[in-house]
Amino acid sequence: METLAKTDLREVKQSYNHAAERIHKRVVICAGTGCIANGALKVYEAFEKAVQQAGMSLFVELELNYHEDHKTIQLTGSGCQGFCAQGPLVNILPEETMYTKVKVEDVPEIVERSLVQDEVIERLLYKNPVDGSRSKGQTEIPFYKRQNRLVLGECGHVDPQSIREYIAHDGYLAAEKAFTEMKPEEVCHTILESGLRGRGGGGFATGKKWQLTLQEQSEKKYVICNGDEGDPGAFMDRSLMEGNPHRVLEGMMIAAHAVGADEAYVYVRLEYPLAVSRMRKAIDDAMDAGVLGENIFDSGHSMFIHIMEGAGAFVCGEETALMASIEGKRGMPMPKPPFPAQKGLFGKPTVINNVETLAAVPLIIRNGATWFNAYGTANSKGTKTFALTGHVANTGLIEVPFGTTLREIVYNIGGGVTDDDGKVTGEGFKAIQIGGPSGGCLTEEDLDLPIDYDNLIAKGAMVGSGGLVVMNKQSCMVQIARFFMNFTQSESCGKCVPCREGTKQMLSMLDEIIDGTATQETFELLEEVGQVVKKASLCGLGKTAPSPVLSTIVKFREEYMQHIHDKRCATNNCKALATISIDPEKCIGCTACARKCPVNAISGEKKQLHFIDAELCTKCGVCHQVCKFDAIIGFN
Amino acid sequence: MKTETNNKIRQFDQVLEIIQKHKYQKTRLITILQEVQEVYRFLPQEVLTYVATALDMPVAEVYGVATFYAHFSLEAKGKYVIKVCNGTACHVKGSSKLLDTLRSQLRLNAEKHTTDDMLFTIEAVSCLGACGLAPVMVINEQVYGEVSSARSSELLNKIIEKETETASAS
Repeated sequence: METLAKTDLREVKQSYNHAAERIHKRVVICAGTGCIANGALKVYEAFEKAVQQAGMSLFVELELNYHEDHKTIQLTGSGCQGFCAQGPLVNILPEETMYTKVKVEDVPEIVERSLVQDEVIERLLYKNPVDGSRSKGQTEIPFYKRQNRLVLGECGHVDPQSIREYIAHDGYLAAEKAFTEMKPEEVCHTILESGLRGRGGGGFATGKKWQLTLQEQSEKKYVICNGDEGDPGAFMDRSLMEGNPHRVLEGMMIAAHAVGADEAYVYVRLEYPLAVSRMRKAIDDAMDAGVLGENIFDSGHSMFIHIMEGAGAFVCGEETALMASIEGKRGMPMPKPPFPAQKGLFGKPTVINNVETLAAVPLIIRNGATWFNAYGTANSKGTKTFALTGHVANTGLIEVPFGTTLREIVYNIGGGVTDDDGKVTGEGFKAIQIGGPSGGCLTEEDLDLPIDYDNLIAKGAMVGSGGLVVMNKQSCMVQIARFFMNFTQSESCGKCVPCREGTKQMLSMLDEIIDGTATQETFELLEEVGQVVKKASLCGLGKTAPSPVLSTIVKFREEYMQHIHDKRCATNNCKALATISIDPEKCIGCTACARKCPVNAISGEKKQLHFIDAELCTKCGVCHQVCKFDAIIGFN
Repeated sequence: MKTETNNKIRQFDQVLEIIQKHKYQKTRLITILQEVQEVYRFLPQEVLTYVATALDMPVAEVYGVATFYAHFSLEAKGKYVIKVCNGTACHVKGSSKLLDTLRSQLRLNAEKHTTDDMLFTIEAVSCLGACGLAPVMVINEQVYGEVSSARSSELLNKIIEKETETASAS
């Protein structure tokens, strides 16, 4: 595109919309990491070919000249549309027909029937896992219908690689308004009034953070966008950076104006290569368009944004560690105070916000504080994105107002709990893990709890970055606690003793419980060490590391007791405590297991039911491997 | 042997180029190491020393950074790097079983990550953010979702087949 020197945003929008009116149909193919893994790029190529073969004109980027006599199709790749398990997703507009799990072979039929003609292909529509009914598009699919997609709104609709398309959706108008019509104090005030709190975990009031940074007298200040989304099970920041990178940049620009900064960094995990490249392109395009650079919007202010790729350290999500990492050092946290607002990156006042927080900012400036704080609860305003995963039918990325209950999320949006074979069962729910390695587990009795910052803290969990992992009755909670402990232990930077040594000890005690060597004393010590680590650690990583253990101890004390005293793991997840037996319904007496058993623990006549002698059995698992009828019970 | 030595020198040239591009700035150390690792596919000790000298930093400090971050490897990796995601969603959907299958097929374990023929490296990595598709596995840059143990063996066999064919063809 031509350089939009001192871009006139309205003009770009008008010409874009004018061109868009001539589009016969728009095909939007989800090109998030999930859909690409399922083959979305091949589907895209197949569309390019099939549309041209059908004699229609194809535009990837809208052009101003067009052929009157042709049917014009616009083909766009979009960011993550959230419904990852159903990918690749293909949306046909203006009908808003959404096809799921589209394969290359389906493309010619879609072009012929849904683009040349106006038919809907029934078999490619979303199929409800509960009753088998089909839904046509986002307005009908329960997964989408029950959400409030504000921050994620344009994700999956706009082409993340086109700045013009973003501008056509009123993009950068909020930044322009902030830079040309609002004083920094006003911007801070609006954000404070909106009630926006940090979406990265802490939940600190964003407006307050900005005010504190604005107050500082310094020639140089920085803004940092924290995209080091290390929480396992959370991917909203990735989706935002991949799906709507310009919105994140616009949020950073507004933050910079609010605190008096002219330089900013986006810190992105290197595990997200697509997010890195999309953000990089967005910055380049914004520079070319004059949206970033010197004297933006003729305001006399400058703004430059750099990308910093992380190198794989969870602790760098902590703000002081992240800044050390940008400075090229080991990512180790520093004691606070001084806070980043006073002494941050390169010793200068710095405001550091999470991706999702910054992505909400342009919407608040555009629509006003009262628009935003109409959503949510008394102390938690707006909406929150959650990554819904685990044993649930509709895995993906969702956005709901604070105050929504877990029941609504798991059963109505998520479509219910699944068993290990992926089938929805009526009563499989055991627990939901919220907030990743810093969070805790909630159970059936918490299903009607309205989710917000304070309610979750009261329950020993936290919003965290918003990972929601649903677990069915087949999951062992001691194993889940161990999983997180193992994670935090290996990610502990080693600077402070309580975290470095404490997490190590906690992990080894959990291992004893799993191996069946623990006693009541081990259990009590585990709780005690947990409390010490929580109180005495330097940074957020250590302070919250015991949460998954402590919260499962409260909620699933019985299960721990069973492991320790009865030496039994009811879900058969802990190998040393599992009971191995043969399913009488499935065993046909083929003798394969008996012949292979290295300790001769299996007995039984040919074509008769076989038995395992628990005394002799070493749980080596050979019988499980050789059985063709899946008759060995106890290896989960 | 001579060409090999020449290659090495040329690659040191590349390191210097990277350092020059970043204007010898110490604050760019992480980015420099990332780009250097792109060239060598790991960080050989000589190169770390070279970087430290060029940036006028103690080698210990460079080593400290290189060992702090999981992305940096001080050992050579195989031609195919297989990353098995060990995020929460992948964990509850059986990623450890997947890891076991791959490791036992390639005779690797938690300590030994790379096969002797330098063909495969297997790593358990932190969340890749494709949780909707758990369990997830990445072979070099290609992401595979909802991978069962059987499918992982299939993918592995395909690569082995392809490699044997190329080897016998040349």
